[in-house]
Amino acid sequence: MKGNPGVQTVVLVDGCRLPFRRAGGDYASLTGYDMARSVLAGMMNRHSLPGDEVDAVVMGSVVQNPQTSNVARDAALAAGLPHETPAHTVTMACISANRAIADAASELAAGRADLILAGGVEALSDVPVGLGKGARQRLLAMRRSKSARDYLGLLRGLRPGDLLPKAPAIAEYSTGETMGQSADRLAAAFGVTRKEQDDYALRSHRAAAEATRAGKLAPEMVPTALPPDFQPLDRDDTFRDDTSAEKLAALPPAFVKPHGTVTAGNSSPLTDGAAVTLLASGKRAEELGLPVRALIRDWLFVAQDPGTELLLGPAFAVPRLLERNGLSWSDLDVIEIHEAFAGQVLAVLAALGSDRFARERLGRSQRVADVDLERVNPWGGSLSLGHPFGATGARLVTTAANRLVAADGRLALVTACAAGGLGHAMLLERVET
Amino acid sequence: MTSIELELHDGIAVLRFRRDGEGPNLLDRGALDALPPLLERLESDLEIEGVVVTSRNPAGFMAGADIALFDGLKSREEALELVLHAQSLVERLARLPKPAVAAIHGPCAGGGLELALACDYRLASIHASTSLSLPEVRLGLLPALGGTQRLPRLIGLAPALELLLTGRSLYARPARRSGLVDATVHHEGLEEAAIRTARELASRSAVSREASGDRPKRHVWSRLLESAPGRELVYRRAGQEARKQGRGNYPAPPRIIETVRRSFGGPLGEGLRLESEAFVDLLFSAESRALRHLFFVRTRTRRQPFRAEARPVKRIAVLGAGLMGAGIAQVSSHPGGYAVLLTDRSLELAARGKAAAHEGLSERLGKGLTRFEIDSAAERVVPAAGYERFGSVDLTIEAVLEDLDLKRRVLNETEAVARDDHVFASNTSSLPISRLAEGAARPENVVGMHYFSPVPKMPLLEVVRGTATSGEALATAVSVGLRQGKSVIVVGDSPGFYVNRILAPYLNEALLLVREGAAIAEVDRAMEDGGFPVGPFRLLDNVGLEVAAKVTGVLAPLFAERGVRLDEFAGRLAESGMTGRKAGAGFYSYPKSGRRRPNQEAYRLLGARERRTVPPDDIRARLLLALVNEAQHCLDEKIISSRDDGDAGAVFGIGFPPFLGGPFHYIAVEGGRRVRERLEALQASHGERFKPADGLVTPAVEG
Repeated sequence: MKGNPGVQTVVLVDGCRLPFRRAGGDYASLTGYDMARSVLAGMMNRHSLPGDEVDAVVMGSVVQNPQTSNVARDAALAAGLPHETPAHTVTMACISANRAIADAASELAAGRADLILAGGVEALSDVPVGLGKGARQRLLAMRRSKSARDYLGLLRGLRPGDLLPKAPAIAEYSTGETMGQSADRLAAAFGVTRKEQDDYALRSHRAAAEATRAGKLAPEMVPTALPPDFQPLDRDDTFRDDTSAEKLAALPPAFVKPHGTVTAGNSSPLTDGAAVTLLASGKRAEELGLPVRALIRDWLFVAQDPGTELLLGPAFAVPRLLERNGLSWSDLDVIEIHEAFAGQVLAVLAALGSDRFARERLGRSQRVADVDLERVNPWGGSLSLGHPFGATGARLVTTAANRLVAADGRLALVTACAAGGLGHAMLLERVET
Repeated sequence: MTSIELELHDGIAVLRFRRDGEGPNLLDRGALDALPPLLERLESDLEIEGVVVTSRNPAGFMAGADIALFDGLKSREEALELVLHAQSLVERLARLPKPAVAAIHGPCAGGGLELALACDYRLASIHASTSLSLPEVRLGLLPALGGTQRLPRLIGLAPALELLLTGRSLYARPARRSGLVDATVHHEGLEEAAIRTARELASRSAVSREASGDRPKRHVWSRLLESAPGRELVYRRAGQEARKQGRGNYPAPPRIIETVRRSFGGPLGEGLRLESEAFVDLLFSAESRALRHLFFVRTRTRRQPFRAEARPVKRIAVLGAGLMGAGIAQVSSHPGGYAVLLTDRSLELAARGKAAAHEGLSERLGKGLTRFEIDSAAERVVPAAGYERFGSVDLTIEAVLEDLDLKRRVLNETEAVARDDHVFASNTSSLPISRLAEGAARPENVVGMHYFSPVPKMPLLEVVRGTATSGEALATAVSVGLRQGKSVIVVGDSPGFYVNRILAPYLNEALLLVREGAAIAEVDRAMEDGGFPVGPFRLLDNVGLEVAAKVTGVLAPLFAERGVRLDEFAGRLAESGMTGRKAGAGFYSYPKSGRRRPNQEAYRLLGARERRTVPPDDIRARLLLALVNEAQHCLDEKIISSRDDGDAGAVFGIGFPPFLGGPFHYIAVEGGRRVRERLEALQASHGERFKPADGLVTPAVEG
């Protein structure tokens, strides 16, 4: 099947994001709705877009605030988009924003829309802490209670543990394994050592610091100023400029104790943030005189057994996407891969570079690629820039497009893994303007 | 044969057990021969700083000692020599002046765990297949490679005794909590982590290694139990429990307690000596022989005996969603993994069956099954009314009421909607499969699958070969039964098949005893003391007297041919509404609160007669020999194809005392001739029903 078979071409006009901040930090008092409206308003202002030109808003989000369960709609209204612009929220774990962008691209390709804002948001400082099922059931039943006896009856069988608040776990529902444990296992399965993981993490932090200093990330930022003192924030606080191989090596394993290899240092940090892209049909972009960064050429989603290959999605998605577009790894000028864990990135790259994996799991005679790191995430990645689950996908697409422009390249690949054994890959192509 | 490979990793010697061909690693002749030169190298090679002991066998770390090795031992001396030799090898590993780390993935049992216990550090993979156990007690033995010594020292007296006396397995996480393993890691990183650990331990001095035990802190309570008076309490409790469970029929548990008691807190060498002596004593005990025999029998009945191709089965329909049907649906879904169509007259009844299957699965929450696994297993069971979607069904198992016409009707209805290669199995307990198949369009596809209640708990399945049953249909039924986790025996299509057939004269004898004046509870107690899980009257009450009456009715003509009249009292009791436990009354009455009591009404119906005491030995002799004789009849008539199948049927289907090894093991040990003599004596005093079967002519096997 040939990619993008629709009636219209789909172009990426622009992408932008709030600076990413560590959870519990500068955005601790905000909700996802706050961040989403800021970033949507930011995008509208950048291009002085009249609101009625926007056909739809799609936002990805993972850990949702129950008061704004369709956060895209609430944020769009607050951002000043017209009441008449529909908005919806999608969820697909760490590739939620990728899903939002893909959905928007499908609508545009089919000719059902001409201009869409697609991105995502995550407020890990604002996870809904809830009561257990037993306590929730009783609380709701209480509305029907009339007498003191009814109320007392509700207490029957209630255990003290039911009253303890429960935060959402970053664990796979079907296996009970936490994401960190899976990453640790995956790294071991591909023989990725602790040292290699720490080295990769160090590279990511240095790259992010260097790219920030050089202003390479500035074009994707929507600076914000938060109450009460409205200090402007225009850069990420997630990377550690001062880290070193020694500091990383000294950290204890965080998930598989005491013998694991994944540490807080080689994992992505819990992060708050929001990001959005502006997508349009080629025709409408031209009519409105909007700049075009890249063509969205093709994309796909894959899924594997969450028990054994939870974070290996890209190793399956990338070869399929390249193959059906008649491309190979060496044709790519830019590669942006989501860094949930250093061990996961290195395992994916090892899988892509393995003849055995190609034979046994992909049904190919030869490995997908002779992998080198040169084109991979030179401006930092989720390890250093942070990983607001629902927003990361929009950051990856934005950075990939900006890198294509900066490097004067033609083809960019975005790929990411997600909970549930899910994976995604997307191909961007630069067009002459 | 098990072999060991050694690979050096920068100063760390990695020993990997492996096996040519399928099956788990064993501490067998191969391993025992491979160890001495390897130990020598570990001891003398200065380049080696640490050791990792692990397995490259996908079947796990090690299943234990090779039991076949024991059967070749002729004398106590020979046995003692073997044990001491194996002990000395384990001791050399334990005393190695270099750190040894055991890296455990998959089952690690018996001698395998004892090897691991001799290491300085145990690392286990967090994997559902990883389990640690000392199951020797289940074979009537005790762990003799330091197991009774190192386990209590490591995890404490009370928890160690519990593991030693039950043979229970610990999964990785509980093993970590108990201190049996020092750490856990995922399977993928196991060997690498073990190598790193060995290297780190080697870099510390021996002294700090000893002191740095990163063990979970023992509870005050457990330390209290290890004080002198505390210990006595622990031993006494353990002894009481062992007596309650084994009723004095099993010598291993008291011997294990005694061995630990005499050695705990004392020097290791003395403990090892006690352990080896106890082992040899138990090895030559009749009970251990019987239990080892059953171990092999069990293994054999979990294998497909037919070369004929079993048809691939993906979807199973279960007709009738009552207790039996729900149980069959449950084991088909888990562990079977099949998609199950559970049908009944109405969707409501079918849904109730699904609820029962779900409840049965839920009992295993946290005991090997997660909520998610239970959810997915339950979703494989789809309730339905009628025969919709039967086109995709590969095997139908009917569990409707025990009525020939009804069963023939559902067979015809199923055949009308199912494919031509579809197999129809009847879960009948007594109706002949060949008669059921008479009206079938494709009688070659009709087979019997006789389950025992409660299906999820009873380990046996009788697969019945009708006269027309094809090899393919038979193999299909067997392979489904095996995937449902059952021990499967193939039996001939004769009334009562095998299990109910041998049960009939046994129950009959119990009834006759009561008619002669024995008390109901006395007969039950005699048989329970003799090693049966429940006595004959409790069994009848549990099964239901109307069911028992039906089986008696089917079997009566067969026994009548031999001039034996089966007592029909169970039927009479059932007719007056006392159908057993579920009705609140049978041979016992079951008050809503309080204990069961012998039912005076049952005595009255029997014709009141003075109760008199019958010696328990007489009760046991009559019931046991009636059963054993009938088993021999079944073999003579080729209803079962082997003695092993006969033992499996009796032990796994009825609960025939495991320490006797089954009726045929019993005959082999006693000698057919002696059993014949005892039967002849009973024949003289009690009548023709004790006439010995023709096959009882063999001499006793050499003990």
